[in-house]
Amino acid sequence: MSQGILIFAEQREGSLKKSSLEMLTIAKQLAGAVGGSVNAALIGSGVAGMADKLGKCGAAKVYLADSDALKLYSPEGYATALVAIIKQADPAVVLAPTTVMGRDLLPRVAAKLGTGVVPDCVDLRAEGGKVVAKKPVYSGKAYIEATVPEGLQIFSVRPNTYPPAPEAGGGAEVVKVDAGVSAGALKAVVKEVRKAATAKPDLTEAERIVSGGRGIKAKENFKMLDDLADVIGATVGASRAAVDSGYADQSMQVGQTGKVVNPTLYIACGISGAIQHLAGMRTSKVIVAINKDADAPIFQKADYGIVGDMFKVVPVLTAELKKMMAE
Amino acid sequence: MNIVVCMKQTPDTEAKIVLNSDASGINPDGVKFVMNPYDEYAVEQAIKLKEKFGGETVVVTLGPKRVIEAMRTALAMGIDKGVHIEDPALENADAWGAAKALAAVVKGLNADLILGGKQAIDGDMAAVMASVAEFLDLPQIYNVSSMEMAADGKKATVSRRIEGGEEVYDVTLPAVMTCEKGLNEPRYASLPGIMKAKKKEIKEMNLAATGLSAADIKSKVKINKYLPLEERKAGKVIEGEPEDAAAKLAKLLREEAKVI
Repeated sequence: MSQGILIFAEQREGSLKKSSLEMLTIAKQLAGAVGGSVNAALIGSGVAGMADKLGKCGAAKVYLADSDALKLYSPEGYATALVAIIKQADPAVVLAPTTVMGRDLLPRVAAKLGTGVVPDCVDLRAEGGKVVAKKPVYSGKAYIEATVPEGLQIFSVRPNTYPPAPEAGGGAEVVKVDAGVSAGALKAVVKEVRKAATAKPDLTEAERIVSGGRGIKAKENFKMLDDLADVIGATVGASRAAVDSGYADQSMQVGQTGKVVNPTLYIACGISGAIQHLAGMRTSKVIVAINKDADAPIFQKADYGIVGDMFKVVPVLTAELKKMMAE
Repeated sequence: MNIVVCMKQTPDTEAKIVLNSDASGINPDGVKFVMNPYDEYAVEQAIKLKEKFGGETVVVTLGPKRVIEAMRTALAMGIDKGVHIEDPALENADAWGAAKALAAVVKGLNADLILGGKQAIDGDMAAVMASVAEFLDLPQIYNVSSMEMAADGKKATVSRRIEGGEEVYDVTLPAVMTCEKGLNEPRYASLPGIMKAKKKEIKEMNLAATGLSAADIKSKVKINKYLPLEERKAGKVIEGEPEDAAAKLAKLLREEAKVI
């Protein structure tokens, strides 16, 4: 009988994602109602060392598929490996973070196993032993509550929804799994991973975001937002208007046709708050709006607003926060 | 090179979404439906590749009669023909059911490349295309933002944005890829294109015609209900000259919101 919760512990290039530890937090919350233990699936090459961390943070067992063919992510290789682990661990529930890897991997795994997946959940609870997932639809303009009524239940959870599980001592039993993946058989292989110039977290994983909109007026003015972001350890984003005007790179776009973000603090500078932008950031815990137009819709959603010229407000805010951070 | 685009019709990005009275879905009244924005990149990519390599492009769409309008848009942009799958049994299909039906149709089209958007902006599941790939036993790459096709059309080098960078893949075709903004600039349909599109073939298929039964497409995911958004209350507007307001804001973020 299938039981317990298996979390997919995502790692890239030897470092475990913070969002993987967030999965342990929600897995532990659900474990009592679902029944069974919380275990982790770890896939890669030379990654056995991470099992210790997963154990300390709450995984009872770590199912490890470790081979050269799994050094870099590939949809087929990782899906095959995760399916091999699931068959051995036989969990009732599988959880993974909604990252690019999670987005790519879980539907394929679900299709292989003939079961359902609910991606990008923002709340999971248990009811009658089953997991009930709340997930944004229509780009965050509504939610659904969904279940996988029969068989293995697979969910991905939006990063920053739950805090990462703290280390609490203890260790995990490591179970080695032969994934049977050979590099030569893969039809899509990563030949290169290019790192972004910045070491900052990606927008989708950032805890603090400073975003600029049409009001920024020029590409070089993003420097002002970079300065603010540096002071508070934030990642810089942009509205579609700023991207379409050529002020910011596409990879910075927050919104319906850009990235969906879920930070603790979102500071919107010169952003009017079009419905398609709000769709991408409305789950932010605290929203700050700085805009000279008092009628901008962003003020209806913001926790704190300043009606004023961002070019005057932002430098002062940066200086004030810098003083505060130094205290 | 034969290219199939799996397309969906979705509400426009600007559409206001209102739930229906029993919370079983959205109220479609007054909602403008368009081609899923990410699918526009798939359509454009298919047309560009055909211009270079020749072959045939087909758009495959699932849904009620209204989706034909979005299919005509794809045909007007330059796709050669369409397949429209419509069946009462598919009305509430989940990703599993939709992918089963799409895969059954795509299988017969001898495709070298199967494209779709990275996700549909209604269900936001991003699960259909990976499932199609699995059912057809093909590799899949989600979220493609650049694509270089080898001269022989047998291999592609594609990249996609990941957290903190980019992954570059070598892919042996046939393959399934989903497209992200930035891959290309979708063209507008020209007037002659719109006229031509009216005469292009759209083949109608029901579930039986795809060779599937209702049992094959039975949903795996059950939607219990739809929920409206929690309204965010408008918060404090901080008054004063920019300097004073900024100083007050910094203090509030630390002392009241406790986020700094």
